Amino acid sequence: MTQTVMEIRDVGLEFPLPRTLLDLLNKRPGRVVNALNGVSLQLHKGETLGVVGESGCGKSTLARCIVRLYEPQHGSIHFDGQDIFGAGMKKDRSYNRRVQMMFQDPYSSLNPRMTTGQILSEALKVHKMRPEDEIPTRVAELLELVRLPQDAAQKLPHEFSGGQRQRIAIARALAVEPEVLIADELVSALDVSVQAQVVNLLLELQERLNLTILFVAHDLRLVRHVSNRVAVIYLGRIVEIGDSETLFANPSHPYSQALLSAAPSINPDDKGEAIRLEGELPSPLNVPSGCPFHVRCRHASDLCKSEVPPLLAQEGRGEVACHHIEEINQHA
Amino acid sequence: MTNDMPILEVRDLCTTFSRGGVALPAVRDVSFNVGKGEVLGLVGESGSGKSVTLRSILGLSRRYGDVTGDVRWMGQDISRMPERKLRQIRGRDIAMIFQEPMTSLNPLLTVGMQLTETLKAHTDLGRAARRDRAIEMLDHVGIPSAASRLEEYPHQFSGGMRQRVMIAIALAANPKLLLADEPTTALDVTIQAQILDLILSLADELHMGVILVTHDLGVVAQTCENVAVMYAGRIVEQGSVRQVLRTPRHPYTVGLMRSVPQDVPPRTQLYSVPGTPPSLEALPAGCAFAPRCQNQTEACLSARPTLETISEGRAAACFNPMAIAQGEVA
Repeated sequence: MTQTVMEIRDVGLEFPLPRTLLDLLNKRPGRVVNALNGVSLQLHKGETLGVVGESGCGKSTLARCIVRLYEPQHGSIHFDGQDIFGAGMKKDRSYNRRVQMMFQDPYSSLNPRMTTGQILSEALKVHKMRPEDEIPTRVAELLELVRLPQDAAQKLPHEFSGGQRQRIAIARALAVEPEVLIADELVSALDVSVQAQVVNLLLELQERLNLTILFVAHDLRLVRHVSNRVAVIYLGRIVEIGDSETLFANPSHPYSQALLSAAPSINPDDKGEAIRLEGELPSPLNVPSGCPFHVRCRHASDLCKSEVPPLLAQEGRGEVACHHIEEINQHA
Repeated sequence: MTNDMPILEVRDLCTTFSRGGVALPAVRDVSFNVGKGEVLGLVGESGSGKSVTLRSILGLSRRYGDVTGDVRWMGQDISRMPERKLRQIRGRDIAMIFQEPMTSLNPLLTVGMQLTETLKAHTDLGRAARRDRAIEMLDHVGIPSAASRLEEYPHQFSGGMRQRVMIAIALAANPKLLLADEPTTALDVTIQAQILDLILSLADELHMGVILVTHDLGVVAQTCENVAVMYAGRIVEQGSVRQVLRTPRHPYTVGLMRSVPQDVPPRTQLYSVPGTPPSLEALPAGCAFAPRCQNQTEACLSARPTLETISEGRAAACFNPMAIAQGEVA
């Protein structure tokens, strides 16, 4: 039933920083930002996989690796059985068509000097989706698909509100009939009521066009709402992944537990048993040894300081990377 | 908690900006009180006038727009107070923290200097005492090794830490009222929870009133006692958080609450208020929400409902408020 469209295996990516004078004097190599430290996941056909985590945990970097904006130093990403960074695939533009990305900021992701019509037809022309004379009809179709008025084609991005701009971004991504959509904080910049409109549109289009969506966001309520499965990322590593409802109702990893309990409920009587995290996300320049979460974890032991816990499937839950999973959830 | 005299009374506050000769009514007839130790939430979507309301209270909108109405601080009208006198209150009695911790600190001055500057302006502490107080404040807001961090610059702090510095600066002179403009919007949920806890515990300890501007109903539900919902520059509903969020009466409040994806079946269509907020240049003649409202009648299109008390401590500006049962969302 579940067909894997994208297989991400042990992906690691580091960004070297320029060597500073101090590094040169001390004859040290330059420092590196460890953005991703071995991320493995699979994307199943037709599903929405939510990716959550604090800023700087590597969720956007992961999204960018998938659309080949960054090339990871370790691991591989296979799409439809083919390595997307392999020699043959690199020249092949069709991957760019089949996997489309939508960005966070609706104000900087559209060219301010191009009308909506031009933005949409450019995508159609580059990938030769339609013969020249059919393009205007297709543009009209696309506008209707994302429920923008037909006269939008002649307008420039500044004439639209944030929500409408994100609709243009969705139309642009869908113009080339992709199979996978990567939504990086697609609705984060929008007000709740507008957010709801865009999310509704996305869910409806997914159903209609059988799209696979990787939904990166920091709004946990929203991720819970749209996702089938959810991955929680901490410092470039997946700490827990599993079915969205199970994970949200009953998170197993101490980090997921803390993260989920930090999201404020709109019910004033539901103060929740807040688990407050001490401190902040450590810098990815200096990832702690062992389990990266051990410095903030109340269950940390000596084992956590030295060994990275593997991501293992748990009975009745998803996959969790924690040495003390059993004890922690016994008490819970 | 304490129900004696309100420390801040705002009456019929109106702020109008103008662009190219067109008047933009950003805030209209806003009235509310803040008591000692009370946490008041101000919610609404972007452009509803929440931030302008805060800025108008402190006299920060005067230079850009026309502010009318009364702002009484401890019984004293500060809305028409000359700038020099107002400076005695601003920063000392009423402090403000802004939304972006990245841009509201001076990048060229050390954190210690920015903290002691406030103390120099508002207290008569000597140099050494100011330094001690600065260390104490940083410690208080949970910045580890405060003494050494005084010499550091804002870029050496993370977002959450910078917001803590902002809070430390705002609270340095022991204000009686804190105006917090989206203090946690730019931060992660885990840090947001820490900062909100901090503001609440300080409000409790120092009996400080707080006006918390936010667009997140969750934040309001978890931190505030009272709430005012704003739409197109006006307060449309006001009351205690429990009452307003349990049984919202204004259709806009209901719409806002229903668009939050909580307790709805996953992957179903979310409710969204049809249409978009009106532009300030072309506000509808009647109720500003009427064109998007499901309870709209003839009357709503021609006349504007005023904010009427519906029950004890509860007010809504609507001709056809939701019936209790209808408004049940939570």
